[in-house]
Amino acid sequence: MSTLHTINKSPFERPSLTTGLDHAAEGDAVLMIEDGVVGARKGCAFADALRAKQTSCALYVLGPDLAARGMKAEDIVEGIGIVDYGGFVDLVAGAARVCAWL
Amino acid sequence: MSQETSRKKFLYINRKAPYGTIYALESLEVILIGAAFEQDVSLAFIDDGVFQLMNGQDTSGIGMKNFSKTYKALGDYEVRKLYVERESLAERGLAVEDLMPIAYEDENEDYAEKPSIHVVDRSEMTRIISDQDVILSF
Repeated sequence: MSTLHTINKSPFERPSLTTGLDHAAEGDAVLMIEDGVVGARKGCAFADALRAKQTSCALYVLGPDLAARGMKAEDIVEGIGIVDYGGFVDLVAGAARVCAWL
Repeated sequence: MSQETSRKKFLYINRKAPYGTIYALESLEVILIGAAFEQDVSLAFIDDGVFQLMNGQDTSGIGMKNFSKTYKALGDYEVRKLYVERESLAERGLAVEDLMPIAYEDENEDYAEKPSIHVVDRSEMTRIISDQDVILSF
């Protein structure tokens, strides 16, 4: 069964997003939360890496963290899903393990 | 629950250099506590976490306890699988020769000393992560 990878740091601060994406296997899910959501912004330096990963993994951001930072659904890389806290729980429940990239 | 079914695969992921933050020391503490529960434990050293295993650490000048010797004792606690990512070493200009030699005594082979450190590439590390029951990140 698959792994849910969570990213909670900005990719401009630490390599958490890059390292997390590098260690996500085919069929895994990657969820950006807290400051991690800034890496999902359209046109940012990490947009290409996210798009490349979309072919093998499902990518998500946590909506409340996005909104808190003034970003809207149309501001993030296309194809990235937006989940609420309930959706976060569903992702955890649907995964065999959770791997946090701090 | 039987003993066998309660034995799970635990992976401790270490991604921070020692001393600058408390992560490395805290990870060691949790690993040692966890060792008492006789689980199948592996450690991963990724990104700056590889610096935790550097040979010749000397903290006398920074007023902090040098806990690097603890890694060498892990074998006595049945913690014998230390996976170090090859790419993380290379990105930092390090080679396995820069790390402490860490070994354990194999009681099934007349207590022969065997290396605990295994250098694995990123794809192998990804497979190791996918193989776990529980992951604890530091």
